[in-house]
Amino acid sequence: MKRLILVLVVIFSCTLSAEAQKKSKTSRVKFEVDGVCVMCKERIEKAAALTKGVKYAVWDVNTKELYCIYNNKKTSTLKIKKALAAVGHDSKEVKATDEVYSKLDSCCLYRNGVVKKH
Amino acid sequence: MKITFIKILLIILPFMLQAQTEMKGMAMIKTKDGKVSGLPGATVYWLGTEVGTTTNDKGWFTIKYKPEYKKLIFSYVGYRTDTITVNEPREIHHFMKEEGELEEIILESKKKNTAVSYLQSTNIVTINEGELLKAACCNLSESFETNPSIDVNFSDALTGTKQIKLLGLTSPYILIAQENIPSVRGASQAYGLTFTPGTWIQSIQITKGAGSVVNGYESIAGQINTELKKPYNDDKFFLNAYSSLNGRLELNTQFSQKVADKWSTSLFVHGNLRIAEIDKNNDNFLDIPLAKQINVMNRWQFTDAKKGLVSFMNIRYLKDDKQTGELDFDPDFDRFMTNSYGSEINTERFDASAKVGYVFPETPYKSVGFQAAYSMHDQDSYFGFNEYAINHKSVYSNAIFNSILGSTLHKYKTGLSFTYDNYEESVNSTDFSRNENSVGGFFEYSYDNLDNFSLIAGLRLDAHNLLGTFVTPRLHIRYAPWEKSALRASIGRGKRSANIFAENQRLFGSSRQLSILNADGKIYGLNPEIAWNYGFSLLQGFNLFGKKADLTLDFYSTSFENQVVVDVDQNPQQVLFYNLEGKSYSNNFQAQLNYELAENLEVRFAYKYYDVKTDYLKGKLQKPLLPEHRFFVNVSYETTKKNNGAQWRFDYTFNWLGEQRLPFTGSNAVQYQLPEYSESYSLMNAQVAKVFSDKFEIYVGGENLTGYTQENPILAADNPFGPNFDSSIVYAPILGNMYYAGLRFKI
Repeated sequence: MKRLILVLVVIFSCTLSAEAQKKSKTSRVKFEVDGVCVMCKERIEKAAALTKGVKYAVWDVNTKELYCIYNNKKTSTLKIKKALAAVGHDSKEVKATDEVYSKLDSCCLYRNGVVKKH
Repeated sequence: MKITFIKILLIILPFMLQAQTEMKGMAMIKTKDGKVSGLPGATVYWLGTEVGTTTNDKGWFTIKYKPEYKKLIFSYVGYRTDTITVNEPREIHHFMKEEGELEEIILESKKKNTAVSYLQSTNIVTINEGELLKAACCNLSESFETNPSIDVNFSDALTGTKQIKLLGLTSPYILIAQENIPSVRGASQAYGLTFTPGTWIQSIQITKGAGSVVNGYESIAGQINTELKKPYNDDKFFLNAYSSLNGRLELNTQFSQKVADKWSTSLFVHGNLRIAEIDKNNDNFLDIPLAKQINVMNRWQFTDAKKGLVSFMNIRYLKDDKQTGELDFDPDFDRFMTNSYGSEINTERFDASAKVGYVFPETPYKSVGFQAAYSMHDQDSYFGFNEYAINHKSVYSNAIFNSILGSTLHKYKTGLSFTYDNYEESVNSTDFSRNENSVGGFFEYSYDNLDNFSLIAGLRLDAHNLLGTFVTPRLHIRYAPWEKSALRASIGRGKRSANIFAENQRLFGSSRQLSILNADGKIYGLNPEIAWNYGFSLLQGFNLFGKKADLTLDFYSTSFENQVVVDVDQNPQQVLFYNLEGKSYSNNFQAQLNYELAENLEVRFAYKYYDVKTDYLKGKLQKPLLPEHRFFVNVSYETTKKNNGAQWRFDYTFNWLGEQRLPFTGSNAVQYQLPEYSESYSLMNAQVAKVFSDKFEIYVGGENLTGYTQENPILAADNPFGPNFDSSIVYAPILGNMYYAGLRFKI
């Protein structure tokens, strides 16, 4: 019983001290990513989350902004934007190739004005 | 039976045909202040046809649909004309954009009443409010009748209580929680499900198999969690009245109010009453008890979205009185006399609970939660000369910390739990009081590659004063080998102390002598129950004739290392409790097909097979009163909602139960012997609801439409104080067909 509590206290304090160290390496950024729908949201968040070093990513359908928390020792905003372009989503600095873009679902085609139901 | 089915089909058929030919939707705009509103007068037509319409003053439209119509065109002066591809009829919400504006569309598909998840690692079925409406009456125990994963049975012929089973195991093997706080356990095991009115419930999640370690070590067959309506977004006022032809009256009133910027409160008041004495089978016993219940809950919610803080506080008081037995039984004169047989079950319960959740604003993937609950459950009862009293005080608390390991692909939950249970229990003046307490810690890791693989691995360590110190491991894996599929596997361990009397109260309504054969264990002389559960499940979605369908194949196996065997087969005058020696297992296979036959018309088929066997003193036997085979069909249809929410809803459920093994009665006098197996039978329920508007609806329905009843639900009803009396052998309904009507009103 006592040992159990001790073990848990140790686990907890380890986690907390680890968190404290991480603070300095953590960057929080918000930038625009092109997209239109909930499917885009899924794709954008997934691509960001799968980028090594990214801890958290949420894209807002209305403001088109991606909020990202990442470890700046392992990745950078540019790397994340490249990952997004690789799945078809443009940002200010990095654009998706036409080849990738054309493979998006028809409802996600944010560049032209044609709206199609998926 | 056939005739009834055809009749119902005839009623439903015209709606089916109509349903295929119309679809509806809404043209919408965003106004300058960012609000969304309907666009009246917009033209909507099918490309290349003359089939078209204009939207009404709210922006809604209804248009004829044929499968060959593919392109739907929206147009309005000053707005861009849009073409939408439609592959199947469904509700379309289309945003119109002013010329020059960027375009987007929002599609809303209907929220399903019962949803299976393709993405979660655990095998979870969620029942939403819409599904709960189908079971018009009245409490949690009756909420599962349209769901094939849970079997609902009568527990006995005296109290008319409904008992649920999951994977062939009774409710004590299921962790039943209310907003993740274990609720139906200990003393409330027998009647606890009837203490949550159905109208309080927002949704129910049923987890098959081991489940999470976060809420404790007790679950073996699975977990059922109910979420109640939240004060913050609940209707201001809700009223539900229900009456059945057999004299059951229920009234639910609910008030919700925002009291301050961040505070909301709800008051739930439930009352039910059954005063009509019914004895349709003329055995001189009430078919269903006289009952009254008052149940009041006050709920507070604090929400501060900016600070990431949410909190709930509940207090609840319940008083439930039941009287049953022979028709002329009068408790004041006949209690503990042989004039006539009777029983009273009086329960009082008080609950208080609080929850706090906090999300760190800087790191939204990190959160802490704390839950604490206190309950006091007091039951005083007698069944003929059997006296049973239990007072159970319980404290539960759980602290949870959620975070990630490196990225949101790797998440974990960890925390500490504390429980305390004080039981004052007496059976025929023999005292069985005891205290239980436990402290535990848990860690649950989950991984999700955001594509086709996820897993949850949980471990908890608990130190319990009677169960000892033990580890509870649980693992769930999901893999999607191709599109619209989910292969799941799970394994987990559960351990619990069996409350042998509270869980088997139905046996008090018999002349059986209760004996415990072991003496060296810590709980009633018995050892704790330990079981491993293994599960394998496949979910596959597909299109059949252009309509959505999904097929689920579940195989679950529970194997007991130790079980408290409840043996009613040794002889009809005894019930024995003893530690398992040998094997006890429950193997269950379920195949379920959900199919959207036409728009708004859904059918659900299920076949279930149960192989539940235990080594009794007599040898290995199938668990009594459990059918090996079951078949289930549910058909539901609703007309498309009008603008004001008006619609019709129809629901029909069919159940077929195979033969069930009956407990041994061969040594009784010939007239008190039962066959070895019951006959198979089928049951039908149906309901029609007419929704006049979002605010008001009425419903009528019938249960057990074919009127199938068990012939002699009470053995030796003619001699209740003799040696053969037994009201616990119930395999079919006692009441014949039962009709009801009710209304719902909300503001």
